[in-house]
Amino acid sequence: MSEAPILSVKNLKTHFDVTKGIFSKKQIVKAVDDVSFDVMPNSTFGLVGESGCGKTTLGRTIVKLYNPVAGSITYKGQDIAHLKGQELKKYRKDVQMIFQDPYASLNPRMTVGEIIKEPMDIHNIYNNDQEREERVVELLRIVGLKPDHIRRYPAEFSGGQRQRIGIARALAVDPKFIVCDEPISALDVSIQAQVVNLLEQIQHDLGLSYLFIAHDLNMVKHISDTIGVMYLGHMVESGPANDIYHRPLHPYTAALLSAIPIPDPNTAKAKRRIVLEGEIPSPINPPAGCPFSTRCQKATNRCQTERPEPIQVGTRLVSCHLYEK
Amino acid sequence: MSVKNAEITPELFRQLREDEKNSEFIAVASKTFVKDAWDRFKKNKLALFGLIFLTILILGAILVPMLSPYNYESQDILNRNALPSLAHPFGTDKLGRDIFVRVMYGARISLAVGFSTAAINLVIGIVYGGISGYIGGKVDMVMMRVIDVIYAVPTLLYIVLILMIFGNSIYSMMLAICLTSWIGMARQVRTQVMSLKEMEFALAARVIGASDWRILIKHLIINALGPIIVTLTMMVPAAIFTEAFLSFVGIGIDPTIPSWGKLANDCRALIFSYPIQIIWPVAAICLTTLSLNFVGDGVGEALQLKRR
Repeated sequence: MSEAPILSVKNLKTHFDVTKGIFSKKQIVKAVDDVSFDVMPNSTFGLVGESGCGKTTLGRTIVKLYNPVAGSITYKGQDIAHLKGQELKKYRKDVQMIFQDPYASLNPRMTVGEIIKEPMDIHNIYNNDQEREERVVELLRIVGLKPDHIRRYPAEFSGGQRQRIGIARALAVDPKFIVCDEPISALDVSIQAQVVNLLEQIQHDLGLSYLFIAHDLNMVKHISDTIGVMYLGHMVESGPANDIYHRPLHPYTAALLSAIPIPDPNTAKAKRRIVLEGEIPSPINPPAGCPFSTRCQKATNRCQTERPEPIQVGTRLVSCHLYEK
Repeated sequence: MSVKNAEITPELFRQLREDEKNSEFIAVASKTFVKDAWDRFKKNKLALFGLIFLTILILGAILVPMLSPYNYESQDILNRNALPSLAHPFGTDKLGRDIFVRVMYGARISLAVGFSTAAINLVIGIVYGGISGYIGGKVDMVMMRVIDVIYAVPTLLYIVLILMIFGNSIYSMMLAICLTSWIGMARQVRTQVMSLKEMEFALAARVIGASDWRILIKHLIINALGPIIVTLTMMVPAAIFTEAFLSFVGIGIDPTIPSWGKLANDCRALIFSYPIQIIWPVAAICLTTLSLNFVGDGVGEALQLKRR
């Protein structure tokens, strides 16, 4: 861990103004609120949490689709929160994204060749069209598609094939860091393995770093070196994948892990599930203290009034009053 | 394999070698976008009929006044109010002018007005609606209120004013019609752009560093082409109709030029003595409008994306 992180996020806040009308009370959705983590070179940071907890917003803030209201994102020592113009373009060449829905993330009016070639055209990477075309064919081969697919439209492909086209597009500019925004959640289970294996293979071959967003803990544990667990815009626990998976500290992580389905019914019966009561609170009006205090079975009075700061417990960071000395 | 003896043994099965697998193969022939759309358009018989009618009309509008022995104002005094004959396919009017040539000349005016206003509307609508929808927020609010203000004044008032100020030429007619009809196109484009810009492929284009114009044109507008073309083809008959109506009530373009509305108005007085004369311009207006609507529907359908 002596290496410098490739991407470092500090106290990041991304809020959205959802005020309706001119005269109503101002309403702010705190989609990402005070999140910090580091991603090491050539490693994978897995981000988990239930729907609406701000995972996707965090990912999109990192690729500069949204602007943060506070905090910093440092990529290779450079703060990218306020990049503009040419600097931003350079950053876009280094940091790419793979999207969630392979049926929506490819322009249906462009051929596969055009889709993969577009980033190269924009960044003017190769000298001429022929070199670009050759590179497109090479990328198709890397993701396991055929060269003659180049003139076909996305509608002619299956979900898994389309996701691989999306991966090829992300790879077209030789990025160093890829944000994978639930790249497998829209796919069949049999295809999920195919795409995850491809992502691992590419990471191994090209030395990439991933921010891997998902809600399937098993898959995240499989692909990640480090895991971060998000709840209501906050990072409640982060640390090495194995530690978190086998010995969760934060009550929310424990609940999340106990919800993983187990294929064998006998083992499943023996296991005690932690069932969370109630709904996830609205991010417009989050609880005053710990964000999880409204549903936590171990919550005390203190939890409801005082927000826990992240504290180091062994190898990981936990935001919970239970672990304070 | 024969299934007669219904015996399924393991020997019937073997694992495929890696080079025998063909899991990424796509059976459907690769087609370009235009070819695919044309194939679907052809299946729509009404649209095909409309296209054929329009082609004939356009050719007729260009060729007939050039090749015919009569021009639109030459008179055959001895042959007034004649019934259709070989010499005059549609007959002649009360001044002995050949109606066929006059209708075809009128087609020039109507089609010119219809298509050029639609083209101008297309450009203005895409730029205005595209910018408004893409930027959104306050800019969108202001741009839409401007549209509302323009829309609030009755169209007829604009048209009459413009024809009074700029004279009753065909160009001021085009200007007058364009002044209000681009609004429909701008609204259509704005709606489409607003919904498409939230799609993941538009976000993907931003992540790969595409400029705003590139995203707007190559990713958003191109995906909204179906609805845009439908709106466009509905605008052509609307413009033709407006021009015909204005000429019919007598505030249209120069009365010496035989537009369809003017022709219908000329024959109106004789409707009980020579009813056949009014049929020609009215039929021309009806069939053209109908054909354009059919073609519009057909193109809209053909451009819709289909999963095969």
